[in-house]
Amino acid sequence: MSDDQDRPGGTTDDQDRDAPLAPEQPRAGGAPALHADGDREVVHAPTVVEVPVAETQTPATPEEPRDEDRWSGIGREILGGTPMVSLLAVLVAFVVGGVLIAATDETVQESSGYFFARPGDTLGAIASAVGGAYWALFQGSIFNFSRPEGGFVAFIRPLTETLHFAAPLIAAGLGVAVAFRVGMFNIGGRGQMLAAAAAAGWVGFSFPMPPVLHVLVALVAGMLAGALWAGIAGLLKARTGAHEVITTIMLNFVALWLLSYLIRTPGLLQAPGSNNPITPGTLESAQLPLLLGAQFNLTWGIVLSVLAVVVAWWLIERSSLGFRFRAVGLNPQAALNAGMDVKRVYVQAMLVAGAFMGLAGAQQVQSTVTTGFTSGIDAGIGFDAITVALLGRSSPWGTLAAGLLFGAFKAGGFRMQAAEGVPIDIVLVVQSVIVLCIAAPPLVRAVFRLPTPRGAVR
Amino acid sequence: MTLELRGITKRFGSLTANDHIDLTVEAGEIHCLLGENGAGKSTLMNVLYGLYQADEGEILLDDVVQRFAGPGDAMRAGIGMVHQHFMLIPVFTVAENVLLGHEKELGGLAGAKRRVVEISERFGFQIDPDARIEDLPVGVQQRVEIIKALSLDAKVLVFDEPTAVLTPQETDELMTIMQQLRDEGTAIVFITHKLREVRAIADRITVIRLGKVVGEAQPTATSIELASLMVGRPVELTVHKQPSVRTDNELVIEHLTVVDDQGIAVVDDLSLTVHGGEVVCIAGVQGNGQTELTEAILGLQRRATGSIRLNGVELLGRSVREVLDTGVGFVPEDRKVDGLVGEYSIAENLMLDRYLGAPFVSRGTIVRQARDEFAQERLGAFDIRAQSIQTPVGTLSGGNQQKVVLARELSRPLQLFVASQPTRGLDVGSIEFVHAQVIATRDAGIPVIVVSTELDEVVGLADRIAVMYGGGIVGVVPAETSRDDLGIMMAGELPEGLAA
Repeated sequence: MSDDQDRPGGTTDDQDRDAPLAPEQPRAGGAPALHADGDREVVHAPTVVEVPVAETQTPATPEEPRDEDRWSGIGREILGGTPMVSLLAVLVAFVVGGVLIAATDETVQESSGYFFARPGDTLGAIASAVGGAYWALFQGSIFNFSRPEGGFVAFIRPLTETLHFAAPLIAAGLGVAVAFRVGMFNIGGRGQMLAAAAAAGWVGFSFPMPPVLHVLVALVAGMLAGALWAGIAGLLKARTGAHEVITTIMLNFVALWLLSYLIRTPGLLQAPGSNNPITPGTLESAQLPLLLGAQFNLTWGIVLSVLAVVVAWWLIERSSLGFRFRAVGLNPQAALNAGMDVKRVYVQAMLVAGAFMGLAGAQQVQSTVTTGFTSGIDAGIGFDAITVALLGRSSPWGTLAAGLLFGAFKAGGFRMQAAEGVPIDIVLVVQSVIVLCIAAPPLVRAVFRLPTPRGAVR
Repeated sequence: MTLELRGITKRFGSLTANDHIDLTVEAGEIHCLLGENGAGKSTLMNVLYGLYQADEGEILLDDVVQRFAGPGDAMRAGIGMVHQHFMLIPVFTVAENVLLGHEKELGGLAGAKRRVVEISERFGFQIDPDARIEDLPVGVQQRVEIIKALSLDAKVLVFDEPTAVLTPQETDELMTIMQQLRDEGTAIVFITHKLREVRAIADRITVIRLGKVVGEAQPTATSIELASLMVGRPVELTVHKQPSVRTDNELVIEHLTVVDDQGIAVVDDLSLTVHGGEVVCIAGVQGNGQTELTEAILGLQRRATGSIRLNGVELLGRSVREVLDTGVGFVPEDRKVDGLVGEYSIAENLMLDRYLGAPFVSRGTIVRQARDEFAQERLGAFDIRAQSIQTPVGTLSGGNQQKVVLARELSRPLQLFVASQPTRGLDVGSIEFVHAQVIATRDAGIPVIVVSTELDEVVGLADRIAVMYGGGIVGVVPAETSRDDLGIMMAGELPEGLAA
C-alpha cells in the first residue's frame, strides 16, 4: 500500500495506473477553453474552492519520507546522516562511556554504598572519575599541560602521537569509504593490509635501494598488493555475483593464514636465524622518514595519508571515474542504462579501495613497526577503518576528521589507562557506541529530537 | 448505505495531501473521484479505509460517525476496497485468499468456498474457488478482489484505478460488473484519471486537485472540460502532427527472440521494421514482452538472438555503451529506477551517459563549467521546473523528472528513439510536452518506437501500431484501426479483415 499514495504538489509518482490523456475524440482544433461551449452540458465550474495554482507544474517539492525506500537502501541511510548526526553520535558515545567509567570506578562504587547518607560523595566521585578520565584522554591526545618543564616538545607530543596513530587509520578509512560510495562494504581491510604489509615488508627488507627510492618502491608494492587482494573480491562480484561482504571476510582469513605460513617458514619471509614467526626488520632506507625530527614518532605517513585524502576527494567528487563510481553506488540500474559497465566499475572500485588499504598496510611496516612484523601487523586497523569511514560518512574529508578522532582515542587511551586506571576497553566501548549510533541515524534523531531529513540525500 | 466524508484533512509534514475534502456517496450510485496523480485521491481513500488517520474531519456511514483504527474496522463497517495492486497471495487458492483474515466471519474454508461460488453465480463470474491465483489471468484476479470485498457484505466499494492492468474488453466487463453492483444498491467510489471511463459510467463526478475538491461535474461534460477542471487550466488533448514523411533511416528487427532465466521465450521470433519519420507504437497489455524488446534494443538483454539492425548496423551483441554511441535515445519505462540517479543533481543526470571525453570530461576530470552551462540550457529548453540545476532529481515531480530524461536522451545526435511508457505517471501538462517532443523527433526523420499500454496514447501518437501479445507481434495496423479491433488484438487474436 505504502507506495500507492497520491502525493500533493505533483511530487514524483510512477505507478502503473498513470495514463496519458491522449485524444479522446479527435476534434480538429477542439478549443481547449474551460467554459467555452455554452451549448454543451454544464461543467459545474470550479466553484467550491479557489485553487491558487494556474499551472500543472509545481516547483520541486520535497518528497515524503515514505518514498525514501525508493531511492535508498541501508547504506544510503547511513551515508545520508547529516554531519550533525555524526557529531551527536560521538556525544552520545562519550556519555555512555562516562557512565561506564563512573560505574567501574572504585571510589564511585564505595561512595555509592552510602549514597543516601551523603550523595555529595558519590556525585563528587563520579565527576572526578569521569572528568579525570576524559581529561587524561585529552592530555594524552591533544595537548599536555601537566609537564611544563618539558617545554614545547612535551606540549605537542600528544598531538603528534595522535597524528601518528591517525595516519594508517585515515588511509584505511578511505579504503572503506571509496568502496562504500560504490555501494560495496569492504570488510576486507585486514586481508588487504596484510597483503600490503607482506609486499611492502618484503621489498623493504630484501632489496636494498637508495633511501627515497626504496621508500617509494615499497609503498607502491604495498598498494599494488592491497589493490590486487581487494580486486579479487571485486572480480568475484563482477563475474559471479558473489557478495563482497562474504568474499572480503574470507579473504581476510586467507591472507592471515597465508602470511602466518610465510613468516614461520625459513627462506620465505621469516627473519633468518630466528625461530619465531617474525620477519626481518625493515631496512632504514625503506622506512618513512620522521617528519619533525627525532623527538617525535611522527613520520611522513601522515602526509601520505592527507595526500591520499586529496586524491580520494578528487577521484570521487571531481573525476569521471568517480562520477561512475557514485552513479553505480546510488543506482546501478540507471548506471547500466546510461551505458556504464557496472561490473567493471565494481572491480575498479575495489582496486582503488584496496590501494588505499595497501597504503595503510605499507605504513604499518614502513613507519609503525619497523623491527620486523608478525601476522598481527594490521593491528585491527582494517576493522577500525569501517568505523572511521562510517563516522566520516564516507566522504574523504569526513574520513580524515574521523581518522584523527580515532587516532586521538588511541593516543589518549593509553594515558587514560596509565594516569587514571580507566581500562582501555572503555575507549573501545566509546568507539563501538559511535558505530552503533552512526549505523542507526534514526536512533540519534530520536534521542535529540532532530527532524527527519526529507527528500534526497544531499 | 450513504457514505459521507466531512472536512477530511490529512497532512504529511508540511504537505497537505487532503485539505478539507467533503464527499458524499449515496447507495446505488457510482461516484467518480477524478484527479491527476498526486492530487490526493489515494490518500483520501486510505483515510476512508483506516490506513491513515485523518488530522481533521470525520467519516459518516448513514449519518453515524465512524472511527477506523485500521482496515479491519473499515471492513466490518461495510467498506470494501479493490486495490490497484492486488492484495492477493499468488500461491493461495481463490477461496483461501477470500478467507484470509476473516476465518471466523466466513466459517472456515468451506464457508469461504460457498461464498465464492455464491457471489460468482450472482455476477456470472465462473470462478473456481480452488483455482490458484497465480494461474488466473489478471482480469480474473481482479474479480477475486471484488469477491473478497463482497464476501464481507461491503455496502461501499472503492475501486482504486482498477483499469490500469486491463485490456479494453476486460475494462468493459468490469464496467458492467460495477453497474450491476450499483443496481443492487452498493455505493461505489471509482478512482481514476481516465476521462473515457468516467464519462461512460459515472453518476456523479468529483474532481480533486492538489488535495482540494475543485468542483463537481456531470458525466455529460466533455473530456476537454473534465481535463481542464482536473488540471486547472485549458488543455489540449489532441496530439498535433503532420502526416508522416518517411526517410531512409530504418530499424529492422528480424527473428528477435529473448529468453528469460527459466528459458522461456519472452520475446518470441519477433520481426518489425520502423522507418525514419514514423512513430510505431507498440501496444499491448503490460508484460507481453515489451520491456524485454526495448531492453534487447538497448543491449541490456544478454539472452537475445536474431538481429536488430539500425541503418545496416547490427546492434545485437553490442554493449549498452556502444548502442548509445550508435545514436540510440532511450526513455526507460521506470525513470526512477532506470533513467535517473535520484541523489544526483539535474546537471549530473543530464550528463549521466556522457561521462567519457568532451565536452563534459577533460583529462579524467569533469568540466563543471561545461556541465552546468549545458544543464542551464537544457533546463530552459525543456522547461524543467526546479530551483536550480543543482537540485537533486529525486525531489522533482514526475513530469519534471521525465523532462530531465528527455532532455538528456534528445541531446545526442540520434538515429533511433525508443520511449517506453513515456507519459506514465505524468500530469496532463507534462504529457502534452512529452508528446510534442516525440512528434518533433519523428519529424526530424528519426525512427521512433513508443511502447505504451495506454490505448489513447497509442492512437494519438502512432503512425502505425504494432500490437504485442505473448512475446510476439499480433499485427501491425494503421493508426486508424478501431479500438475494438485493437482490443481484440491485445488479447492475442487477429480480428477478421485485418492483415497481420
